[in-house]
Amino acid sequence: MSGEPLIRVEDLKVHFDTDDGIVKAVDGVSFSVSRGEMLGIVGESGSGKSVANMTILGLTRAPNALISGRIEFDGKNLVDLDEEGMREIRGSQISMIFQDPLSSLHPFFKVGKQLVEAIQVHQDLDDDAAMARAVELLGLVGIPDPERRVGEYPHEFSGGMRQRAMIAMALTNDPKLLIADEPTTALDVTTQAQILRLIERLRQEFGMAVIMITHDLGVIAEVADRVQVMYAGQVVESGSLEEIFYNPQHPYTWGLLGSLTRIDKPRRARLSQIAGQPPSLIALPAGCHFRNRCPHAFDRCTQMPPLEERIPERGHTDRCWLPPEQKKTLRMSSAGEIGLEEPAA
Amino acid sequence: MARYIVRRMLWSVLLLILVSAVVFILFYVFPSADPAQLRAGRQANEDQIQAIRESLGLDHSVLTQFWIYIKGVFTPLDLPGTDAHGPLYFGRSYQSNADVFDVIKADLPATVMLVIGAVVIWLAIAIPVGIISAIKSRSLLDRTTMITTLAFISAPVFWLGLVALYLFAQDVGLIPIFPGIGSYAEADSFAGKVGSMLLPWFVLAAATAAIYARYLRSQMIDVMGEDYIRTARAKGLPEKRVIMKHALRSAITPIVTLLGLDVAVLLAGNAILTETVFNIPGVGAETYNAIKRSDLPMIQGITLFGAFFIVTLNLVVDIAYAYLDPRVRYE
Repeated sequence: MSGEPLIRVEDLKVHFDTDDGIVKAVDGVSFSVSRGEMLGIVGESGSGKSVANMTILGLTRAPNALISGRIEFDGKNLVDLDEEGMREIRGSQISMIFQDPLSSLHPFFKVGKQLVEAIQVHQDLDDDAAMARAVELLGLVGIPDPERRVGEYPHEFSGGMRQRAMIAMALTNDPKLLIADEPTTALDVTTQAQILRLIERLRQEFGMAVIMITHDLGVIAEVADRVQVMYAGQVVESGSLEEIFYNPQHPYTWGLLGSLTRIDKPRRARLSQIAGQPPSLIALPAGCHFRNRCPHAFDRCTQMPPLEERIPERGHTDRCWLPPEQKKTLRMSSAGEIGLEEPAA
Repeated sequence: MARYIVRRMLWSVLLLILVSAVVFILFYVFPSADPAQLRAGRQANEDQIQAIRESLGLDHSVLTQFWIYIKGVFTPLDLPGTDAHGPLYFGRSYQSNADVFDVIKADLPATVMLVIGAVVIWLAIAIPVGIISAIKSRSLLDRTTMITTLAFISAPVFWLGLVALYLFAQDVGLIPIFPGIGSYAEADSFAGKVGSMLLPWFVLAAATAAIYARYLRSQMIDVMGEDYIRTARAKGLPEKRVIMKHALRSAITPIVTLLGLDVAVLLAGNAILTETVFNIPGVGAETYNAIKRSDLPMIQGITLFGAFFIVTLNLVVDIAYAYLDPRVRYE
């Protein structure tokens, strides 16, 4: 978790020019990940977490996409890298797995064939050797009877098995970075835990860095070293897992934490929720993007707060004007509990 | 799979019997000229007409006529009043007294040649146009081709045929480069027949090529947005392979269904307009003549043949689909 970061994203902006206006999907996002580290990125749908990470792989490149900033990886700036250079990195140095493993695998090709394809595009192996490697990989991710399973189609796999196959496919070329975009969202709870444990085990075994994108703080709590909270295309808070969970600074983070169900506390009448809707990415409110939904907004929030360290020495940054002492009292919705106020009954 | 196919084939036979019954009923329920009278001509007296009626078997009840017909088509049993027997005996034309099966057999080559050539041309045009339009979606190229296809879809075949002749036919055309009307019957070599088919092929293919191009384009656009295309890209596959292998494989599958039915319908005589405009002696032209002359055995025979093509190609399509899409399985 120390030394030179493996990947450094700086002031990344991904805007899309649409008929309705410019959609600022990602608006000045910076983060870095070290070798072997797991960064959790949390945020609701449309917060830009997936777009930012797909941009790392160059998957958002489109005629109407305006991409700026820097993505430093392996001494290259991926934002400027040409398509061929990008293609060589995809699936070999940086791999990605997605939310819905059924729709992410091609329904007409056998699982083995899809793995072989991923192997052969980056390695000079003949069909037999590549197939042997595919069988080995399926075994590695815990698929029983892999010799038989390579000859099956994705629809013959269960949800968890499909995600395992996706992970196997992502591992084919020993990537340095794995981007997992909501890898457990489409799975049932017990399978979720298995998949998370598998990713964790593989991270230890292969020493690869992982970016875990999710809207589920429970997932983050289990595996991440550091956490980054995104809202409306920006990072609103960033810090170690401990800091985010026990000393959250941004009201949006409080809202996320407050909406968690907890088994260590008596159940409240209602889970708290964050009022309102996320803002339109075309017409963002001036100043803090969260202020329209924030119960603690005040005059100063009409100016955009910078992402900076507000409590010294903790490596914890956030985008909120409130003084840290005031936050401490505000964030308690009831004794010992973090969250926004109970919704009016 | 084998059981499935056998079951489908048995159903097909039942369906064909049903189709013959419907044609029989339609022929007798709806007013049409008395075939015996048509055959006898203007000067015939009542006795002559009655004699013809008996020789054609029209004196039997409709039910008996139908039974005789079914017997002739599907069974090897002897038929009363004739020395002919089935299976595949479709009776004789009321008009020319020719064996219906022989007539259809003689007409088929022209129709088959017309249809196959047109299919090759429309696929050869539609597939690349569909793919390129989808990839360059919303570009000037895409918009231009899509408007052009709309024009071809809107143009009626008989009109397009006449325009093609007016522009390109060797006898009457402004730019006389292709053989024109009736050249198929006159051509005596295969190469000559191919030449004579060029204009009809393009005319018959035009509208369908346009429909297929648009359909493939929309399929491709849908598929390109699928998660597994994103996965294919994330694997580091070259874009060409993503499009030609992963996307096209999915997008083209529904086209197979469409193609099977379109070919069947054309073989069944739906190329009637093209055949009429270019005077090609095929099944379509025969249908036109048979209807004009109330020639029940011919109409019946051609209809059954059409139904047979449709049923058969449907089965072929369903089987092909099971191979193309592993999620579809028959037990």
